[in-house]
Amino acid sequence: MRPGWFLRLAACAGYALLLAPALVVAVISFSAGDFLTFPPPGFSTRWYAALLSNATLMEALRNSALLALIVAAIALLAGAPAAYAIARLRFPGREAIAGFLAAPLLLPSLVLGLALLLALQPLKLAATWPGLVLAHAMLAVPFAVRIMTTAFAAVPRDLEEAAWTLGATRFRAALHVTLPLAAPGAVAAGALCFLVSFDETVISLFLVGPRLSTLPVEMFRYAENRTDPLVAALAMALILVALAVVLLVERLVGFSRALGRE
Amino acid sequence: MTAWLLLLPACAILAAGFLYPVWLLARISLNRTTDLGAMEEALTLETFAKVAGDDFTWELAQNTAVLAASSAFLATALALPVALLIRAANPRWRGLLSLMAVAPLLISGTARVVGWMAILGDRGLINAALAGLGLTADPIRLINNWTGVRIGLTESLMPYACLVLIAGLGRLDARLEEAAATLGATRARTFLRITLPLAMPALLAAFLLCFVLGVSAFVTPRLMGGGRVFVVATEIFDLALETVDWPAAAAMAMLLLGALFAAMILRALLGRRTA
Repeated sequence: MRPGWFLRLAACAGYALLLAPALVVAVISFSAGDFLTFPPPGFSTRWYAALLSNATLMEALRNSALLALIVAAIALLAGAPAAYAIARLRFPGREAIAGFLAAPLLLPSLVLGLALLLALQPLKLAATWPGLVLAHAMLAVPFAVRIMTTAFAAVPRDLEEAAWTLGATRFRAALHVTLPLAAPGAVAAGALCFLVSFDETVISLFLVGPRLSTLPVEMFRYAENRTDPLVAALAMALILVALAVVLLVERLVGFSRALGRE
Repeated sequence: MTAWLLLLPACAILAAGFLYPVWLLARISLNRTTDLGAMEEALTLETFAKVAGDDFTWELAQNTAVLAASSAFLATALALPVALLIRAANPRWRGLLSLMAVAPLLISGTARVVGWMAILGDRGLINAALAGLGLTADPIRLINNWTGVRIGLTESLMPYACLVLIAGLGRLDARLEEAAATLGATRARTFLRITLPLAMPALLAAFLLCFVLGVSAFVTPRLMGGGRVFVVATEIFDLALETVDWPAAAAMAMLLLGALFAAMILRALLGRRTA
């Protein structure tokens, strides 16, 4: 049935609400004014220049990018073998382990952040690199495992069995046959883990300190205390990074294929 | 044997970064805070009694429940036409329309709050429009209060509602609606008597997911509320990092988890009955 005018109108209202904030952020990041005035009094790139010359924010950006790279690498290295075991091997407790590896996604990040603070502070690991890496890796591993499990399950078992018949060891067959075929999934998993870490705000808020902070945390604090378009320019920077990662994955492997759907 | 070796790294990360911290959270909620504010090892329900006996806690719980329920309802109601449009759209547009509906998930919550500040603020889009039309002399307050938090939270929950509804409505048989139309039902009647009842399980699932996410939302209430809106999530954050009363923060987090698990069990039960 063709949608009627009322449905079209209501859906437009829904889309307007969904997309309005991102569009407004994009416009206001080019504002020439001193406040979050909309429509802006004029246009300029002064807030992007201000962003580039803000030492605190640029350091936070470097920290976030480095952290996200480390976390994506760790999540893939730990998640891919686990996903292979879940997708390919038979062992008692398989379902339970798969459930355990998805468990962090069930808890609100506020509770996870608090729990990590209580655990890491007494060990003097709060506001340190090892502490932040552990916290973000814990959050990224479930995503890596889930996507890689789908990716491994989509590779036909016959190919691996053919390699065994031809004399390859199980390890060799997995490494040289199944893994390359699951590579698009690995790219997607790595990209998603990068974004999970790069955009994480709430858990990081519990764990950062004056000497080590991340970009989303600095943006949160900036938005809490001041209202000038610098924070919009910063938000645009984060959006652009997310967009770049998504486009990269789309370019390399195609999203629907990467997520295991044809 | 091989399987356990392969699982070891991932399980180790989760044991250290998830199991141990959450166990510690549960354990610390049983400690007590001395009058001087220091944490004392104990095995007592004192902190729970203190938190549950405080009127402020109940005010927070009520605020949180009302905020989450109203935002979840609005998000589901607004996501329904979006999902219906995607369902009716031709396959070429369906991908793009779905992507637009869930795109906000890729944008950090803080960035979207900044957008809302520029739309709803005193010098924002809406107040500029109202003043331009001569409808208001003074700006109406749309941020730093519950209105702003509700709008921001509704928007941040909508992509999740869209995801659930797009998946749920895709399975409905469109021929039932066509049959109703053929038999002379108006669009409104077809929607009320056919589409809505069929969509009810998906709508309920979307509402409950949004409610669960809304109850524990922190960034939107904190930033859109401008420090004037207090919910359970902001209180847990303040107890942990400003008052530094860890047992109280842990106890309140445990109560929050209890409420969330109750909601999840409810969802599972409802899901079984409708299935």
